[in-house]
Amino acid sequence: MFTPDNILTTTIDKAVRWSRTQSMWPVTFGLACCAIEMMAAGSAKYDLARYGMEVFRASPRQADLMIVAGRVSQKMAPVLRQVYDQMAEPKWVIAMGACSSTGGMFNNYALVQGVDHIVPVDIYVPGCPPGPQSLMHGILTLHQKIMDGEINR
Amino acid sequence: MKSKKINTSKLQDLKKKFEFWATNSEEGGWNISSTDEGSQKMLEVEDEKKVKIQTGTEILDDFVIEEDTSDEERMIVNMGPQHPSTHGVLRLQVELEGEVVRRVKPVIGYLHTGMEKTGEELNYFQGPTNTTRMDYLSPLFNELVFSLTTEKLIGIEVPERAQTIRILMTELNRVSSHLVALATGGMDIGALSMMIFGFREREHILNFFEKTTGLRMNHNYIRPGGVAADLPDNWQKDVQDILNLIPEKLKDYDDMLLDNPIWKGRLQNVGILTTEECLAYGITGPSLRASGLDWDLRKSQPYSGIEKYGFDIPVLNESDVFARWRIKVLEIFESLKIVEQAMNNMPKGPFKIQDKKITPPPRKRLDESMEALIHHFKIYTEGFKVPEGDAYVAIESPRGELGCYIVSDGSAKPYRMHVRGPSFCNLQGLPVIMSDSPIADAVAAIASLDPVIGDVDR
Amino acid sequence: MKSEVINVNAEEYKEVITNIKKDGYEMMVDLTAVDWYRKKEPRFELVVQFLSVSKNSRKTVKVKINDENLNIQTITDLYPGANFYEREVFDMFGIEFENHPDMTRILMPDDWVGHPLRKNYGSGRIPVQFKNAPKVE
Repeated sequence: MFTPDNILTTTIDKAVRWSRTQSMWPVTFGLACCAIEMMAAGSAKYDLARYGMEVFRASPRQADLMIVAGRVSQKMAPVLRQVYDQMAEPKWVIAMGACSSTGGMFNNYALVQGVDHIVPVDIYVPGCPPGPQSLMHGILTLHQKIMDGEINR
Repeated sequence: MKSKKINTSKLQDLKKKFEFWATNSEEGGWNISSTDEGSQKMLEVEDEKKVKIQTGTEILDDFVIEEDTSDEERMIVNMGPQHPSTHGVLRLQVELEGEVVRRVKPVIGYLHTGMEKTGEELNYFQGPTNTTRMDYLSPLFNELVFSLTTEKLIGIEVPERAQTIRILMTELNRVSSHLVALATGGMDIGALSMMIFGFREREHILNFFEKTTGLRMNHNYIRPGGVAADLPDNWQKDVQDILNLIPEKLKDYDDMLLDNPIWKGRLQNVGILTTEECLAYGITGPSLRASGLDWDLRKSQPYSGIEKYGFDIPVLNESDVFARWRIKVLEIFESLKIVEQAMNNMPKGPFKIQDKKITPPPRKRLDESMEALIHHFKIYTEGFKVPEGDAYVAIESPRGELGCYIVSDGSAKPYRMHVRGPSFCNLQGLPVIMSDSPIADAVAAIASLDPVIGDVDR
Repeated sequence: MKSEVINVNAEEYKEVITNIKKDGYEMMVDLTAVDWYRKKEPRFELVVQFLSVSKNSRKTVKVKINDENLNIQTITDLYPGANFYEREVFDMFGIEFENHPDMTRILMPDDWVGHPLRKNYGSGRIPVQFKNAPKVE
């Protein structure tokens, strides 16, 4: 932040942040039941395409949002970290559902108790599974946070 | 005219000298060349076939591969756990020879949640919350099989209204699960609008579930002793709307896909799984019925009063991916018939068994009666005790035979709870389907077996 | 619908299964184990369910396995569908099956130590610490 804060740079900053929110592409990381609700959020009744994100890219190199939907087991944790590392900056993470936020109802040997042990998380969406409306509220909150400049990438 | 006599012997000497100079060896011949290691033969005389291939006088077919290729020519490709078309976190290690799959090893365990261990810590009243998340596309079936096994251990029968409500809800769940299978299968093969169609119809069914049970998915509704709550008012209108809507939408899918030459060309004669292979590997469900055997647990070993309803079992004989697709569409029609009969013949009565030790009393009674308060307290904190013994009950889920084996030691928690997931067993048929067929058919094969990884890994 | 329970020892296990297959039970439906830790001797019990499509009947076979000798014959040569089930029993309980084509862990990571479904393996709960509550050990 060594550039002086004059009218030109703040406007460009705002424009950059606006353009980042308008077409975020998620990477397909649906693991369990929350994945079905994520697919339902992308289909006809609750439409994610109006926010520019109906395209779920399969390759992490082409995506900038990772929605961790489902329970992350001990065997899957290194895979999750690898996919996160392969995404290009700027990238954001939404932990969808109770199992990825905190381990959910499964407090045992097999699950990672919260995906924030592995990757930095920006938004937690509670629910088991969270309905499509909750997921969209989470995504719009993320857009609002980026627009306000709270998340600096 | 006198012809000049050519001194051939001198020419031959010259030729030999030339060849000796060119090949640095005494043998001579056009196929000897001199290299750093001395003279070597470039091509054996026996390899006439190779010469013919090179000169173009013999043509080989491209896809005929000789049997004796060495292992160095095979390539192992990893279809990793994060993949858009493997229906969840399934990892396949595929050994390829060119474009033909020789061996497949599925690696599972990426969604293992320890549900069987958790089942030993939760009591029988909380058990359905745990098992319902195993096969997350048909949660009511998991709850039903757990409740049926618990009731068999205790030795009780639920009232008729509860049985009819259970059949109504589970058959609607079968319709929604098959819709997801058709939607994701269609999307994997390339018919992208199938995904939107399938999920759009499913929303109507999920709307009804939300009205009745409170949740769109993973409802904790079917409990040991009956169901959790009665059906809402005007439920017949909602169910009638679903019954009117879905058959005409299924005709839309048939218009799009049934006579489509691309669809048929991609799915017919692909992924054959014969009846003997199904029986040897323990594969049940639509895959078994698509191979010609009419085995359905709803007809052979009926549960929860389903023998009173009239319906058919669709059976086809081709045992390929197209037949499994058709079976799912036909099963949706049959399930809608059962739903209509259940709706028209819903008996009146209690929706859960009146035994106060097993099911909690209604909440209004807690203000009036001390006994009701004590029963409520005991059930919700300690749970109800189940006599010693063990039981195995199996029902027909959309993927095959779903079974639950509970061992009880007389306390309020199961000593051992094991769920026999159909997808765990069906996945053993994947190496059988995918061997010796091109890699481009792998996605269609996986989509046709319809694995749900929550059921595989538990 | 008939269903029957048979109790066998570990030595006659393979023979009983061969006879069951000859009897017309084409499908093996389920193979799992129970750990009777300090409640019954011997410690482990293997439970196998069979189904006959032609006769519409089920059969259950229960085998007792000792803690010292955690080996038993495999049935993958008779029923190939037992492959994944036996690997799961090995992973969760530690019972080894002789002559199994691939006796490795299936559900847990390959370098995991311990067999989770045994009764002397804890559930691995992490104590939950609520705000402003006295500290939990």
